[in-house]
Amino acid sequence: MFEGIDAVTLARAQFAFTMSFHIIFPALSIGLASYLAVLEGLWLWTGRDAYLNLFRYWLKIFAVAFGMGVVSGIVMSYQFGTNWSAFSDKTGPILGPLMAYEVLSAFFLEAGFLGVMLFGMGRVGKGLHYMATLLVALGTLLSAFWILSANSWMQTPQGFGTNEAGQFVPLDWWAIIFNPSFPYRLVHMVIAAYLTTALVVGGVAAWHLLRRKAGPGSRIMFSMAMWMATIVAPIQIFAGDQHGLNTLEHQPAKVMAMEGHFQSHPDGAPLLLFGLPDQKDATVKYAVEIPKLSSLILKHSLDAPLAGLDTIERADWPNVAIVFWSFRIMVGLGLLMALLGLTSLFLRWRGRLNEARWFHYYALVMGPAGFVAVIAGWVTTEVGRQPYTVYGLLRTADSASPLAAPAVGSALVAFVIVYFIIFAAGAFYILRLMNNPPHPGEEGPREGEPVRAAGVTPATAMHPGRTLAGEG
Amino acid sequence: MSFDLTTLWAFIIAFAVFAYVVLDGFDLGVALLFPLFKKRHDRDVMMNSVAPVWDGNETWLVLGGGGLLAAFPLAYAILIPAIFTPVIGMLLGLVFRGVAFEFRWHTERGKFLWDIAFFGGSFVAALCQGIALGAILQGVKVSGRAYGGGWWDWLTPFSLLTGVAVVVGYALLGACWLVMKTEGDLRARAYRLAHFAVIATLLFIVAVSLATPFLEEAYWQRWFAWPGILIAAPVPVAVAIVAFFLFRAIERKKDYQPFFLTLVLFFLCFVGLGVSMWPNIVPGAVTIWQAAAPASSQKFMLFGVAILIPMILAYTVYAYWVFRGKVDPEVGYH
Repeated sequence: MFEGIDAVTLARAQFAFTMSFHIIFPALSIGLASYLAVLEGLWLWTGRDAYLNLFRYWLKIFAVAFGMGVVSGIVMSYQFGTNWSAFSDKTGPILGPLMAYEVLSAFFLEAGFLGVMLFGMGRVGKGLHYMATLLVALGTLLSAFWILSANSWMQTPQGFGTNEAGQFVPLDWWAIIFNPSFPYRLVHMVIAAYLTTALVVGGVAAWHLLRRKAGPGSRIMFSMAMWMATIVAPIQIFAGDQHGLNTLEHQPAKVMAMEGHFQSHPDGAPLLLFGLPDQKDATVKYAVEIPKLSSLILKHSLDAPLAGLDTIERADWPNVAIVFWSFRIMVGLGLLMALLGLTSLFLRWRGRLNEARWFHYYALVMGPAGFVAVIAGWVTTEVGRQPYTVYGLLRTADSASPLAAPAVGSALVAFVIVYFIIFAAGAFYILRLMNNPPHPGEEGPREGEPVRAAGVTPATAMHPGRTLAGEG
Repeated sequence: MSFDLTTLWAFIIAFAVFAYVVLDGFDLGVALLFPLFKKRHDRDVMMNSVAPVWDGNETWLVLGGGGLLAAFPLAYAILIPAIFTPVIGMLLGLVFRGVAFEFRWHTERGKFLWDIAFFGGSFVAALCQGIALGAILQGVKVSGRAYGGGWWDWLTPFSLLTGVAVVVGYALLGACWLVMKTEGDLRARAYRLAHFAVIATLLFIVAVSLATPFLEEAYWQRWFAWPGILIAAPVPVAVAIVAFFLFRAIERKKDYQPFFLTLVLFFLCFVGLGVSMWPNIVPGAVTIWQAAAPASSQKFMLFGVAILIPMILAYTVYAYWVFRGKVDPEVGYH
């Protein structure tokens, strides 16, 4: 079944598949954790039950998404060993500690307080519960910090030496953690997570508005989501542009692939809107281009020269077609998000935000756009840095485990089958939760169940005289 | 033996692995007992007894793997490909187990499917962990700085023995957890299961202990030659003493004692494994010093471990404290 495909290609396919599946959930849970902290904070501050209802409504969805993020994340942490053992041996001294810090500072924090956040509302005081929510949100952000630092070091390595065993050895941890592309990547990804979540929340609210089932809860979350899109989408476009300029400085080949620039342009490079990149002939067929605009964007001058892939050895080219198109999908969706935000601002001004049905359709369709953009963005940056795992230093082909193709191929097939089962079920349950509009007296996770742990129930609320469990 | 940074890291990794084995061990063990409890109500209580803590427990597995990569990258690079298939099996098992915690509550018609996923995922994960243990213990072929063996090397009678042994051991942990956390008929049945599980676990401990010294000359040396015997000899004696108290605690229905005595039993087995392997991290091939990351890596992480592990332990204890006591099966009916 796997004859003719080499083990490295299969290992890359497995990593790409499991990573794409995984990133959906952190993108949502980073954003949702912060959104939940805002909602609970608003409830504590204003005392309005509408916020508590929204908190409980999204908490149920968060619980499902977080669980799927955890199980798919553990797979990632062991795949470095199963499929990329040569890479692990060489980069372990640098990337291992960064990931260990992620586990120690983020994963334990999230996991430790998740139980209290999900099931502890009646068991600890309001203040302690809010602290648990805040710590879970902090954990998701710390996790993003460390893992993006690790990824960025692979893209723009610095602060290291090498030893006689061929390993990368840390020399300056500050330089390693705060490597040149890290601040840009961190900002770009965290904003992406917030934007993705805002679009999901907005899409769900739009669905209830369209079905005329929206109560005050749906209107509150629609307004919040649209404010988020209005403010954050333009910031994201700016952050993405800055990230791109940083990439041009450190990984020019990636930008050449994104732009579809096979040839160098000594006096102003065009911006290609569409086209079919042909790697073999080194041309973009059927190109639709705007003259000199690429130079203006990347060099802030119409006539600035821009080098093309012809200045780089063919063996060091990434797959141009994939990078070219994934980049366009991301940017196109980003522009649609900014347009959504601007339109909402206009409708808000005219007092028609909750009435304009065509706009609710727009928001509904944009609901999953954040996930698509996040995956497209990661495809751009990860395919764009090929053929290297550590940029310019360690080739992907030299990173793999000494694997036989059938072993990797079987694992890949198993992952695809299992993930599709899990994803289908998870998506179904999440969509069903979203299908019900938030309503007064919303129950948190598992509170509607006939049986629960003593701690899950607000025992003290029901029996004010009784002390907390243990006696229960 | 000098007590250096690398030795310290070996103990830290061992601590993380042990924490994982006993903590997720009881989560997995509770799930392993699912088929023996047919009533939906019992299963709800069983799952709820671990629902608030399983995620934190599983995180120790990530620390064990991540810590190994960070402190002993060469060992990680050799060992994980050597147990490729059991690792993939474990990960897929943990996927089903993990999502079952949430998914099970979102469906009525499909509930039985997630019950199967909860049990099946836990069984596969536990079995694969045990097989991985045996596959490492029996020795790993190394070529250069990489795994040098074949893709079925992990599968031997010995690794199957350790695989089943871990399943049985986890079932014991799960039964003792249920004894501690439940009441009534469920608790009574958990006591009976715990009794059988202790007998089975002891039989497997004996079987694995008898088989291990024959795997490799070095193991024989460590267990039966001077001065290894000095450290090794007290371990079986202690196992016998703990087993005695464990039977007595189950006999006398001391709800909290069986669980903690089982932890001690696991600890003794863990010490036994340590005695066998020390100072190798890849048995028969690589010592902890050969596999060690540079001191700059180990020092940088030690800083984080020294500050964060005590904090983690503190809030983990807090989380257990919040959900302490018996799971109350009646509270839901209002």
